[in-house]
Amino acid sequence: MPSTVALTVARYRPERESEPTFQTYEIPFRKDWVVLDALNHVKDELDGSLSFRWSCRMGVCGSCGMKVNGTPKLTCATFLSDYVPAPIRVEPLDYFPVVRDLVVDLTDFMRKLKQVKPWIIRTEEKPPAEGEYLQTPDQLDTYKQFSMCINCMLCYSACPIYGLEPSFIGPAAIALAQRYNMDSRDEGAAERLKILSEHDGIWQCTFVGECTKVCPKHVDPAGAIQQYKLTGATRWVKSLLLPWGTR
Amino acid sequence: MSAEPHYTLYHPRWYRRRVSVWWWLQNRSYTWFVLRELTSVFVAFFAVVYLWQLRALAQGPEAYGLFLLRLKTPLFLALDTVAFLFVLFHAITWFHLTPKAMVFQVRGKRVPDWVIVGSNYAAWLVLSGAVAFTLLRG
Repeated sequence: MPSTVALTVARYRPERESEPTFQTYEIPFRKDWVVLDALNHVKDELDGSLSFRWSCRMGVCGSCGMKVNGTPKLTCATFLSDYVPAPIRVEPLDYFPVVRDLVVDLTDFMRKLKQVKPWIIRTEEKPPAEGEYLQTPDQLDTYKQFSMCINCMLCYSACPIYGLEPSFIGPAAIALAQRYNMDSRDEGAAERLKILSEHDGIWQCTFVGECTKVCPKHVDPAGAIQQYKLTGATRWVKSLLLPWGTR
Repeated sequence: MSAEPHYTLYHPRWYRRRVSVWWWLQNRSYTWFVLRELTSVFVAFFAVVYLWQLRALAQGPEAYGLFLLRLKTPLFLALDTVAFLFVLFHAITWFHLTPKAMVFQVRGKRVPDWVIVGSNYAAWLVLSGAVAFTLLRG
């Protein structure tokens, strides 16, 4: 194993340059280091001007998503030893505007997430005195996978459709909508259908499947979207055959 | 006052990278995806040939004979081979994607993916067998 490794990092300093450039740092190689450790080493020891987001260091907060050698990754869960002796190249996530160096702006996703109403909707709320809405472990299992999403945006960065059609609601937001649609306590599926079955919802997805491959939490957004297409299509056929039944 | 942070909306110096026309060559699964999308052209090709066949059939035995002769030209044989390979690719890739869209629960347990893929292949075999039986019987 080599004692050092070349870490090439995308730099974008809007006050100095009009487009990103690359800068290479020689960092010590340690078997137990992840890419985020290497970035922190650069920040602490070599170049304090490097900007990137991170928080929990344990794959929970979803802040440290970046492209490592071209693939969207959580840098806190990507070991240097998986790449060395080859050089490592770190870039900001694709398709989001770059604010600075490795920091991207996620306003677009936050707006879309709000549109799909990712919370439990009840037609009538029961008073707190009557207790909580109960759920069996089996009912929990039907949506649990989709609830694991940490909003790290790796799926958006892996989705060429989001790159080509920025109005697409996108994998994580649809998976989270499906998480609430499948929750036995929720009654908001009809409200979400409107936004999800529009042009920018599920029908933009052409099932590339990369979102599922890069997801660090095994959420399977591609599966969520295809399942919802089936639901959407069934509802559409029903409304065609029984126009009075779905109102 | 609005609670929205307005300063992000009018930030002047974001860098937005344009998506290259060659994005589908950047990684192998994108290329497979584009090829899978392209298979629809060849599915349509077979449909058009089939319509052409029906038209020839309606015009009588002479026209039908001519149709069969045209199908045997090297150009059509080559086209058919390429189209057949693409349609095969179409069928196989979609069979393997069905468990993503179709999730069945039996006694509270999710039916495993291989059962759903396998039943697609089984249906394919049975239908192909039925067609072959009908055609080869006479």
